[in-house]
Amino acid sequence: MMTEQAASNRKQVALALAVAAVAIAIIKLFTPLVDLRLPEGQGLLPWADALDSFFNFIKGDIQNERFGLMHITRWISEGPLEFLLDTTANLMYGKNRWPKIGPVPWPAIVASVGVLAYWLGGWRLTFLALGTLLWTALIGQWDLAMQTLSVLVVAAPIAFFIGLLLGIASWKSSRVERVLKPILAVLQTLPFFTYLLPAVIFFKVGPTAGAVATIVYAMPPMILMTALGLKSVSSEVVDAGYMSGSSRWQMLTRVYLPSARTEILVGLNQVIMLCLAMVVLTAFIGMPGLGAKLLAMMNSFKIGRSFEIGVTIVLLAVMLDRLSKAWVMKQPEHFEKSTPWWKKHWALLTGLTLFIGFIGIAQLSADAPHYTLTEGKKQGNVLQYMWGISDEVHRTQGLSQGKSIDKAIKAFLEIDSVQATTNWIRGFLIVDVLIPFRNFLLSLPVPTIVLLVAAAGYLVGGLRSALVAGGFFVMVAVSGWWDRSVITLYTVVSAVTLAMIIGLPLAIWAARGAAPPLTLKSGVGPFLSGLAGWIFTKIPLALLAAVVAGSYHFFSGQSETMNFLAPQSVSLYLFVGVFLLLCFLVRNWRRDSVMLAIVDTAQTFPSFVYLIPAIMLFGINDVAVIFSILIFTLVPLLRYTIEGLRGVPPEMTEAADMSGASRMQKLFNVQLPLALPTIAIGFNQAIMFAFFMVIIAAFIGTQDLGQELQRTLAGTDLGKNFVLGICVALMALTFDHIIMRWADQRKAALGLN
Amino acid sequence: MKKLSSALAAGALALSGAAIAADSSDPIVIPIHNWSSQIVMSHAVGQMLEEMGNSVEFITTDSQAVYESVRLGDVTFELEVWEGAFGASFREALEKGGLHDAGDHDAVTREDWWYPMWTKEACPGLPSWEALNDCAELFATAETGGKGRYLDGPVDWLKHGKERVEALGMDFVVINAGSAAALWAEIGSAEKDKRPVVVFNWTPNFAEAVWPGEFVEFPEWEDGCDKDPAKGPNPDALYDCGNPASGYLKKAAWDGMKDKWPAAYKLLTEISFTNPQIAEMAKFVDTDEMEPEEAASAWLEANEDVWKPWVEASM
Repeated sequence: MMTEQAASNRKQVALALAVAAVAIAIIKLFTPLVDLRLPEGQGLLPWADALDSFFNFIKGDIQNERFGLMHITRWISEGPLEFLLDTTANLMYGKNRWPKIGPVPWPAIVASVGVLAYWLGGWRLTFLALGTLLWTALIGQWDLAMQTLSVLVVAAPIAFFIGLLLGIASWKSSRVERVLKPILAVLQTLPFFTYLLPAVIFFKVGPTAGAVATIVYAMPPMILMTALGLKSVSSEVVDAGYMSGSSRWQMLTRVYLPSARTEILVGLNQVIMLCLAMVVLTAFIGMPGLGAKLLAMMNSFKIGRSFEIGVTIVLLAVMLDRLSKAWVMKQPEHFEKSTPWWKKHWALLTGLTLFIGFIGIAQLSADAPHYTLTEGKKQGNVLQYMWGISDEVHRTQGLSQGKSIDKAIKAFLEIDSVQATTNWIRGFLIVDVLIPFRNFLLSLPVPTIVLLVAAAGYLVGGLRSALVAGGFFVMVAVSGWWDRSVITLYTVVSAVTLAMIIGLPLAIWAARGAAPPLTLKSGVGPFLSGLAGWIFTKIPLALLAAVVAGSYHFFSGQSETMNFLAPQSVSLYLFVGVFLLLCFLVRNWRRDSVMLAIVDTAQTFPSFVYLIPAIMLFGINDVAVIFSILIFTLVPLLRYTIEGLRGVPPEMTEAADMSGASRMQKLFNVQLPLALPTIAIGFNQAIMFAFFMVIIAAFIGTQDLGQELQRTLAGTDLGKNFVLGICVALMALTFDHIIMRWADQRKAALGLN
Repeated sequence: MKKLSSALAAGALALSGAAIAADSSDPIVIPIHNWSSQIVMSHAVGQMLEEMGNSVEFITTDSQAVYESVRLGDVTFELEVWEGAFGASFREALEKGGLHDAGDHDAVTREDWWYPMWTKEACPGLPSWEALNDCAELFATAETGGKGRYLDGPVDWLKHGKERVEALGMDFVVINAGSAAALWAEIGSAEKDKRPVVVFNWTPNFAEAVWPGEFVEFPEWEDGCDKDPAKGPNPDALYDCGNPASGYLKKAAWDGMKDKWPAAYKLLTEISFTNPQIAEMAKFVDTDEMEPEEAASAWLEANEDVWKPWVEASM
């Protein structure tokens, strides 16, 4: 525990550093000498060239037969990895490779996954799995989804097992942990564009590079969670294990790993989620399937169909997430001794029967004519249509509504009031907020920013943190990409600030639980404010109902004869009906779980799909960039704030209630301070996400490190690419270090954990 | 399995084909990118190669990083090397060695400043660049101040919009879009109230069918305009000309292809598509909503007289 004396010492030193920083900024107004800014693109030393020669040296040369790292990685990717990928590819979508028996007909897969889901988690899970897979097939994306999954079913288990092993290793040996920790930190913060070239060069463009990039990206949380889980196994359990004479292997597999199951489960869940998050990005290096199609659709301005692919990715993510959770949660079943074998294995038997049955049906129907949906409708014979698609389903036979969704999205974006609002936001934010802020940051001399960062470091962690934080920024400064780094920083800070302004009140509202029932007993004032609150909570439902009624209005052709929601129009009845139905459906829902569900969806929805609407709303400028980052950064902010507020010990809030605190007093004096360490972790995550997205936002058009990284792709400039990537990582790590230090200290001070 | 028999048949076919042409039975790997004409063309050529008995595989890749992969032999060839967009990456890979130029298509490409037709109503002097410059204020936005805004292609396409604006002393600010999708979104959002925009665009391209428009006419391209300041109207500056109005569209091949698949290599050098043919391929996918494989088959079926001679010459 830090003494009062030390704390005030720290404050003084930090203050001194900050004063020095401001002083330098003021001196710069008179003499630019203190600026110490290197010309853009020219580092203190030729880092990029040095790195290039280093890479060339370790890489080896396949053409000139100089042995190097590349020979090893190529052996892995062209040997075992490619073999695995080819096998799954053959089974799932019929790639012409060993064992040359695929593709397995889609109804067979749907049915067996359905049975599996029932066995794991009952009807609800079955409903989810069947719904997801049927949507995928009927929308005409079955082949694409299988192409994607054929890589993921290889990549996710590999990431899981390597992660598990490294996690165990870093728990066993503190030396391994010390080596792994910084590597993982850099891996997690290195921008995606930096993975791209090495993956292609070392692992061969195609599914192999896609799989490797996915594994590298999805693994770190698995390692961290495994180590965390193993460390927190309680000593009673360990003692019991030793007392019953377990060997070391038994200790690990029977005692430690089962006890750490919850954390390992979270790790697995993260692996699956991150794998799906990479589906679109890895399409740049040869990942087949949904992601590649999404990019092609975006580039020919087909918003509707890219939206549908986004929905498929979200559904698949949710399905796999729930299935994997149910699998780990499943307790072993115990049967009476006399139970017949078929009763013990009913699920396996049913699954197999259906699987073989559907393969048989597919064989029989293979030569049946494949009708498209419209043809099927014309003939009025649904069965024949179904028969036709029982072995393979193609997109032309699907129910895709791409064009209608296109129309609806464009119509929404063209509504005058929408445009007027976004134009106003755009003008205000750009001219009055963003540009001045950016120019201000750019005008600060280099030492000022370095000293400010060091001051923050000193405040939370003393000399060591000050050196780490300041040192990282000095490294950015000597890299020769200072201005672009500052622009990156400006975008991240703006987006996260905006996310805080929007996200914190939203999270506080969501965590507050249901409002008390409306009565006039306690007076008119509380009744009115309660009524206002009630109306406020119904706004989202009304909006949803309006969307449903609006779509009907639009597609039924009513829009040509009648105004939307005019008296006596069908859309009005539809609106009222849907609204009441929604009110009924959600009457028992908890706000926080609804909010978290929305947040989860927003996170798994491929960020690329937001790109076009963001540009159409705001144009190609910083507002669109910040908007697309904002959606991502809101996710951890909301999640951790809600969790932090929920986790406040009830005796604390009760104490506040008893001493007669008002709701606001309770919030600001009890709940928020106690939740602050958790909120800080969410804030930290938000910043990490923002650093990730700000680079992706180069696809909208930015002037920061992301744009420069994009430029390196043209010249396959490994060295420069790496220097730029490290700049991003260093800035992200500085924030990470400072915020996490602070959160740990707050926690200790509050006596939490 | 239904596929089993057809797979066997294909295998037998591949074997017999290999015997005649002496092509390796390893699959030829064709890269596909994220714009329609390239995807359909790759599938069409893939189907020609299958016709000749080769086995073919497609891999989705980034259109800049692909040259590194061709160089290493991970993909066998690239069918659309645009002079403007990919010339630099291509040349760099050429210098490093491992790939070579496999000839040009008949098609010419043009990449330059472009505007949709409604812009001309607001600025009638177009397509001359001087007239565009006189209307600069029409293109101003909140973030550009009084100057006009020109939306250039992504930085990795290595356009020189900024240099040109300076060299010709234009009242424009150059903003780089991050992707082709971003360009379309910009045109799409300007469409409703016919807001004048000037953006980077190219031909052949699906966008011509969606939004009719014209290229801005800059001082005509002279050889060396990008290297010799004396060329072009401004004696002290580079890039003071428009882009070449007829840039090349090349094919690039991995050096090893010639020996490993001689017949397929011959076909690659024979192939030459024209602008209307490329536009037709793109139209099948972009307007008629076909899948690329179907579009390729449809195109091949309708144009046997075009491609049959290429295949025959290579067998």
